[in-house]
Amino acid sequence: MASKTPTISDPRVSLPGLDLKNPIMTASGTFGYGLEYASFGKLEDLGAIVVKGLSLKPRAGNTMPRIAETPCGMLNAIGLQNIGVERFLEEKLPALPHDTTPVIANLYACDAAEFGELAAALAADERMGALEVNVSCPNVAAGGQAFGQDPKQAAAVTRAVKDAAGDKPVMVKLSPNVADITTVAKAVADAGADMLTCINTLLGMAVDLKTRRPRLANVVGGLSGPAIKPVALRCVWQVCQAVDIPVIGVGGISNATDVLEFILAGAHAVQIGTANFMRPDTVFSIVNELPILMNGYGVMTLDDLRGTLET
Amino acid sequence: MPFGQTSTGVTHCFALRLEDPGWSHWRPGQFVMVRHPSFGLELIWGRAFSISRLVSSGLSLFIQAQGRGSERLSAANPGDKVTVWGPLGNGFAIQDKRTLMLAGGVGIAPFLAYAENHPTPHKLELIFGHRLPLETYPFDNAKTLVPEMTVSSFHERSPEDLPVFLEMVDEAIMNHATSGLVLACGPTPFLRAVKQMAAKHGAMAQLSLENKMGCGVGACLGCVIKDTKGENVQVCSKGPVFWSHKIEL
Ligand SMILES: Cc1cc2nc3c(=O)[nH]c(=O)nc-3n(C[C@H](O)[C@H](O)[C@H](O)COP(=O)(O)OP(=O)(O)OC[C@H]3O[C@@H](n4cnc5c(N)ncnc54)[C@H](O)[C@@H]3O)c2cc1C
Ligand SMILES: Cc1cc2nc3c(=O)[nH]c(=O)nc-3n(C[C@H](O)[C@H](O)[C@H](O)COP(=O)(O)O)c2cc1C
Ligand code: FES
Repeated sequence: MASKTPTISDPRVSLPGLDLKNPIMTASGTFGYGLEYASFGKLEDLGAIVVKGLSLKPRAGNTMPRIAETPCGMLNAIGLQNIGVERFLEEKLPALPHDTTPVIANLYACDAAEFGELAAALAADERMGALEVNVSCPNVAAGGQAFGQDPKQAAAVTRAVKDAAGDKPVMVKLSPNVADITTVAKAVADAGADMLTCINTLLGMAVDLKTRRPRLANVVGGLSGPAIKPVALRCVWQVCQAVDIPVIGVGGISNATDVLEFILAGAHAVQIGTANFMRPDTVFSIVNELPILMNGYGVMTLDDLRGTLET
Repeated sequence: MPFGQTSTGVTHCFALRLEDPGWSHWRPGQFVMVRHPSFGLELIWGRAFSISRLVSSGLSLFIQAQGRGSERLSAANPGDKVTVWGPLGNGFAIQDKRTLMLAGGVGIAPFLAYAENHPTPHKLELIFGHRLPLETYPFDNAKTLVPEMTVSSFHERSPEDLPVFLEMVDEAIMNHATSGLVLACGPTPFLRAVKQMAAKHGAMAQLSLENKMGCGVGACLGCVIKDTKGENVQVCSKGPVFWSHKIEL
């Protein structure tokens, strides 16, 4: 019997230390600890689950109000409220499908040593899939600027996490709030990052004319959602030109078409953030739609499409 | 005009009736998140609305149009497909006790379902304070749905009327203090007043809060309040109904 040529597109993707069934991850802070969305789809179907940013000790976060809706986007100044690494490992991780879908912790600390300590605590747990480093903490020692804005400090944090992470892959999440994102990307890649996540939120602000007050208690916050997609796509494209390690694209992705656009610009995988709020089953429906859309464009594997953008 | 589309110019209230979602487990006081296709990519969040009634003929929401999302919902056409997720959060306690329901404005919405599903409706008393004309709200509906309960209303025509209404509420709470239950839903300043009065009279009270919701499912941490232990808790998933002595308001 003549064997048929396979015509079904294959969305699998291979990353350093991680084999994913598809390139769809959740974006940190928009999917809770995963379980909040368990009734809207099968968590096992996701490429990877990136959980809310964790710190060594629990944090209460900023005062209210800390979210505001803006045209095609939202601002948040949650201030990294989280239950701390210990409770996460005890209460949340066991309930996640970590054996079929990698669980990625997003790390947040205020100096390199603390980052190291946090990374060690997480990496020691064999159920952990990878570590994602959030370098957006304003570092008081460096004059209130976030680590992620200073290539030297971002590199120092990357080294500290890599040293503590053992064989767990480490991705560093870059901030777009810099003059040239490729400078930080290169510094972090040279310091040993296995992957880069592009991008975190853009600094923004909203005011209320009626009350003459800012809409966020924190005055400024991070802008996310469809409004930032062009910025994220530009950052992913620039960073993919500048470094040789895989880039995970994030920012305003809300459907499978957006996903393929990011892959075309060079991304290996993507994360879905604010779009999860638009519909709680967004990330699951993108997983379902992706192979169908790939088929529609005659794309058999993501490797075929990746970085083929003609400029 | 009972529970229908009523326009008063500045703000208006309307009932949104949806197909029966077939939920077997839900409790009065729970809410849903709703999006209309016209939200597109522009309005990011769903909008939260209490389940006003849920019977086999459908799910009813009672909505006050006060901004971009509720205005778009008010312009929905019959047959439009909206996205709804729920039932979310926890509901009001249902106890076989004398129960006082305090509704401020559109805060009357969850009490229809509550009264309708109560095993001993003759023990229910509803006090309804409102700024828009009474016929704007589904008040008649409450009376006809559950004739056994005691109902009264108060029209706050100017800010000077507020102390009179609050006095009426205070007295009612006092009367329920020893062996009754007090439930309240409405604007935050109203809930704050109810919380203080309940504390003063030692009444057990539950409040339904209306914080802005990003996700509605406990994930974004945008809707939190402080509990009395000083911890931030999500209103959407740990509430929206809280025992008043357990939260700071
Ligand atoms: C659990 C819960 C149950 C609710 N039940 C009902 C209900 O049964 N019927 C009903 O009409 N409304 C209800 N609300 C309030 C409703 O969610 C808001 O009125 C609605 O989200 C406003 O959206 P908008 O796009 O029209 O306003 P926007 O354009 O977003 O804002 C316009 C104005 O409305 C105010 N506003 C925005 N969100 C809220 C909010 N959550 N609560 C109060 N004011 C707000 C804003 O401060 C602003 O002044 C409920 C809210 C919660 C959290
Ligand atoms: C409510 C909220 C909380 C977030 N929390 C975190 C966080 O804890 N750590 C982090 O690295 N990024 C955090 N982010 C940023 C997102 O992970 C993502 O990078 C950003 O929102 C852009 O993607 P999007 O447009 O798809 O949302 C948060 C974003 C939002 C909206
Ligand atoms: S609305 Fe997102 S946590 Fe409550």
